[in-house]
Amino acid sequence: MADKLHFNLVSPERELMSADVDQVDIPGSEGWMGVLANHSPLMTTLAPGMVKIRDGSDEKRIFVRGGFAEISPAGLTVLAEEAMPAEELDATAIARQIKNAEEDVADADTDEKKVSAQQALDSLKEMQAAL
Amino acid sequence: MPSLKDLKNRISSVKSTQKITKAKQMVAAAKLRRAEERAKESRPYTERMEAVLANLAASSEGNPNAPRLLSGTGKDKTHLLIVATADKGLCGGFNSSIVRLARERITKLQGEGKEIKIVTVGRKADDMLKRLYGELIIWKTNFMEVRQIGFAEAHAIAEEVLKRFDGEEFDVATLFYGKFKNVVTQEPTAQQVIPAEAPEGVETPDLKGAVYEYEPDEEDILRELLPRYVAVQIFRALLENVASEQAASMTAMDNATRNAGEMIDKLNLQYNRARQAQITTELIEIIAGAEAL
Repeated sequence: MADKLHFNLVSPERELMSADVDQVDIPGSEGWMGVLANHSPLMTTLAPGMVKIRDGSDEKRIFVRGGFAEISPAGLTVLAEEAMPAEELDATAIARQIKNAEEDVADADTDEKKVSAQQALDSLKEMQAAL
Repeated sequence: MPSLKDLKNRISSVKSTQKITKAKQMVAAAKLRRAEERAKESRPYTERMEAVLANLAASSEGNPNAPRLLSGTGKDKTHLLIVATADKGLCGGFNSSIVRLARERITKLQGEGKEIKIVTVGRKADDMLKRLYGELIIWKTNFMEVRQIGFAEAHAIAEEVLKRFDGEEFDVATLFYGKFKNVVTQEPTAQQVIPAEAPEGVETPDLKGAVYEYEPDEEDILRELLPRYVAVQIFRALLENVASEQAASMTAMDNATRNAGEMIDKLNLQYNRARQAQITTELIEIIAGAEAL
């Protein structure tokens, strides 16, 4: 195998990953992008979705929402607003949360509450779509 | 001269005060460790963000279409002061030193004829500023109900501030918080967040002649990145504030515990003297009585 790509995934609250890997697929706002070592410098915003990290036969998936990816000769850096390893996501739990969130939206008595409930619902739906 | 009973009461009251300060000191020490860890964990993100921003700012320099968050409104009339303190006291001069720094800045800016607006973060900031500058406070928030300050809280503050910036309510925003240097030193700090100052001393990667590609274009990215940068700066300030608060509280409570200890010693001495004096008096009375017979 040729060179390895140095990959960093950080969210404001912690560093989720820092490793040398073969390939990373990122959900760019303009479309999916597979990044290998020695990619040309690039900067892109991210759409909500799964970042797929491949190293040998291993594949890891991390859900990210919002953020940026920067590719420089030093490697790929993903600055995610929110990030969560796929293993921590649970389809049934999300489905249940979505149901709750939908009820919240319906129950909201003020505009403010409605907006925040709607946001919570949207983000949950994005997660579900990504799974 | 206080009676023996008075002294006994005072000793027991100081003892229970010491118990409280000691407990608070230990709680602060435990919380400090966690706060420090969190501040450390957030560092990679901030550093990366700064590198990316420095990169972008350098390439958009002199661009007349640069976002206003970076280039400013072109005016310097209205200043927004975001004063971040703790919600609770018992942490020595921590809160008041931040507020003092903010107050000095307010006086200075008012002397220059600038308009001032204040946002307070944390209950103590509001308590201390509302008496003097109550009508200048345009928004306040605190974390009384938040167990652990996360990015969401910082984001909410940033959103509120940015909304007001877009509404042209102010030109320059400065953030006041306690910078955590180490356990004994916390430094009240003023940091300008809007217009964003490109961080200095950040290494930009050597591209070996290649140029960055941007998806979507540079301006869109910058437009998305800047608000987030503001949020990140606020987040970092909040984390440092928490660490500083706990460190200051630990030191203050350590001092208080020691002072209480000294006071107990002193009172004990006084108590023993008084007791001895009483015994002596009683003896004298008995002897005098016996002699008189």
